[in-house]
Amino acid sequence: MSRRDDQATGRAGVRRTVTRTLVVLAGMFAFAFALVPLYDVFCDLTGLNGKTSARAQPLVEQEVDASRMVTVQFITRGSQGLPWHLEVNTRQIRLHPGQREEVFFTFRNNGDATTLARAVPSVSPSAASLHLRKLTCFCFQEQQLAAGETLKAPLVFQLTRDLPADIKTVTLVYTLYPVQSAQAEVARRESITEGDSA
Amino acid sequence: MASHLPPKPTPQHSTTTAGGMAESGHARPRGLMRWLLTTNHKEIGTLYLLFSLTMFFIGGIFALVVRAELFQPGLQLVQPEFFNQMTTMHGLIMVFGAIMPAFVGLANWMVPLQIGAPDMALPRLNNFSFWLLPVAFLLLLSTLLMPGGGPNFGWTFYAPLSTTYAPPSTSFFILSLHLAGISSILGAINIIATILNLRAPGMRMMDMPLFVWTWLITAFLLIAVMPVLAGVITMMLMDINFGTSFFNAAGGGDPVLFQHLFWFFGHPEVYIMILPAFGIVSAIIPTFSRKRLFGYASMVYATAAIAILSFMVWAHHMFIVGLPLVAELFFMYTTMLIAVPTGVKVFNWVATMFRGSISFEPPMLFALAFVVQFTVGGFSGLMLAIAPADFQYHDTYFVVAHFHYVLVPGALFAILAGAYYWLPKWTGHYPSVRLSQWHFWLSVIGVNLTFFPMHFSGLAGMPRRIPDYALQFADFNLVSSLGGFLFGASQLLFVLVIIKCVRGGEKAPAKAWEGAEDLEWSVPSPAPLHTFETPPTFQPREH
Ligand code: HEM
Ligand SMILES: [Cu+2]
Repeated sequence: MSRRDDQATGRAGVRRTVTRTLVVLAGMFAFAFALVPLYDVFCDLTGLNGKTSARAQPLVEQEVDASRMVTVQFITRGSQGLPWHLEVNTRQIRLHPGQREEVFFTFRNNGDATTLARAVPSVSPSAASLHLRKLTCFCFQEQQLAAGETLKAPLVFQLTRDLPADIKTVTLVYTLYPVQSAQAEVARRESITEGDSA
Repeated sequence: MASHLPPKPTPQHSTTTAGGMAESGHARPRGLMRWLLTTNHKEIGTLYLLFSLTMFFIGGIFALVVRAELFQPGLQLVQPEFFNQMTTMHGLIMVFGAIMPAFVGLANWMVPLQIGAPDMALPRLNNFSFWLLPVAFLLLLSTLLMPGGGPNFGWTFYAPLSTTYAPPSTSFFILSLHLAGISSILGAINIIATILNLRAPGMRMMDMPLFVWTWLITAFLLIAVMPVLAGVITMMLMDINFGTSFFNAAGGGDPVLFQHLFWFFGHPEVYIMILPAFGIVSAIIPTFSRKRLFGYASMVYATAAIAILSFMVWAHHMFIVGLPLVAELFFMYTTMLIAVPTGVKVFNWVATMFRGSISFEPPMLFALAFVVQFTVGGFSGLMLAIAPADFQYHDTYFVVAHFHYVLVPGALFAILAGAYYWLPKWTGHYPSVRLSQWHFWLSVIGVNLTFFPMHFSGLAGMPRRIPDYALQFADFNLVSSLGGFLFGASQLLFVLVIIKCVRGGEKAPAKAWEGAEDLEWSVPSPAPLHTFETPPTFQPREH
């Protein structure tokens, strides 16, 4: 092959290589963003990140598994300097899988302004999160509290019978995060259908 | 360095692929403009290398601030906030500003020479990729002076430390990382296009020197993961400035997702910093053993295997985030699997030396130190790969010891070895043997004094990235700090070697080392500005 031909094929080759690498680049950039929903779907299917459903789920009618007991622990905590306090009326309960349970949480705004916050749940071990059904939860929405105001809200849940046998303790953590009022889709007490006055 | 290259006017070859100013037939621009506008792969290579050296010293000074603070327990020199900025900037600058540009610089210089090409495939792009870097790093360094200080969240910039709790300068940090990332991507495109299309007639893929092979694979890794890094920092930028919640738990995001995305980039990134080093060492050891490289094909396959596996191990950085058991096991085994191709490489280097007639010129000294000490880092990596053990070791100085062994006496020593190996080709003079030996021995002693004790302080539980520590770690830290200053100071010798080598010294012939066989040794020393304008005749050798 002559030098001139070499160069011609070389240049065409360079153009082809560049086009192909650019396609791969664009693909990988898109892939990085696609990983975000994929990660969520993956976690929803497997329960890997210990997140619970963001919406109320119906009770599964099933017979209670009286043969075993599971301990459910509740942990509450604040964050990011939010002047709120979150408390739970029982730190720990023992129940049978299949059983419906109700626990009350008390929010208090210790600050001197009306603020919005949201309690974000996390379950561990994460494998339990697929079997934890919440019929009612304050965590589905933001709460808004005036200065000094208190709000008592229930969590109604069920641990279904298919909870893996090796799980003896389930820990449910609620972390309070501040919410900027601009981005809030506030639904104050509407969500809290049960036991508003309890 | 290259300012001593005699510019060889070759107007009859003005149609080469090396388009641009220099070849347009006019007088070449002089002084600063020459460097600003150059499209010549050798000059750009030199620019990259000088930039990398500068960053190496800046990042080194930051490391010495850290070591000075850790010299004894308690807080003496700096505030914890500034300490955090120093550890972060040290990591960022060494990874993105020193190691990576050094390899790109070596690729610019040597890949065209090793494959018999007249220049890089895209010379103007090459110029642009380089000049992005000074802009990126000036911006990054300037964040230190901004209100709230520079990045302080570690080189891994985990969200929400780098989003919700980050200093206001973080958007500039993101911008600078974007620029550095674009530079790497463009560099990678250029290298791939050069290697795939501009090889001398007759040179098949399996005839390419290993430095070319390892860089080709590295460039593919860059193309695959730099966009992911760009995606992650774009998400951070949106979380910070536009109220999205990719990584913000309050808004339904997930901080652990950040770690998955980061390490999906991050683990291949650590191989980006080591594969070209493998290539350099695979060139040097055969030269000074006066034997063919043992197992050429297995070297190529091992490199490819490491690159592919590197996409399947990322969560070994995340053993303690609460992965399910199957994931812990999966990532543990895949990580250990990487040790197999890595072991093949070490075996081949040793087998190359076996019954060779070895001589210990400066490049060989660094290459030998590389093999031994990189292996130390590989072993500590294997310890970290054991998930249950990593629960104990994670985020301690043991991890710091591990990655400094693979990166300093690993990647950095390979770069130094490459510099000593090719300096005769770049400058036409041999580097001073006496000075380089001083440089070598002081570096080896300094590196081991600095990093070996970190294994012990780490196993004993000393956490990383904390400016103070419990009394029982005092002795280990004292040794580490003294070693660090020794190592830092001995790098000044390297600068002296380079200056002397550019100025003069023993003249080197075209084939500067007796056992060196690759194409770069067929052009005169110093390499003229334009080489291989007519492709060389390439004689494939038996591997
Ligand atoms: C046999 C090969 C290797 C194995 C098995 C291995 C394994 C590991 C593991 C398990 C960790 C995570 C430790 C932890 O955070 O708890 C780690 C960290 C690290 N490794 Fe390796 N590694 C190997 C080779 C390398 C190489 C070749 C490099 C780079 C050239 C490297 C660079 C790093 C870095 C930079 C970190 C720490 C990142 C950080 O947290 O800042 N490793 N390695
Ligand atoms: Cu890794």
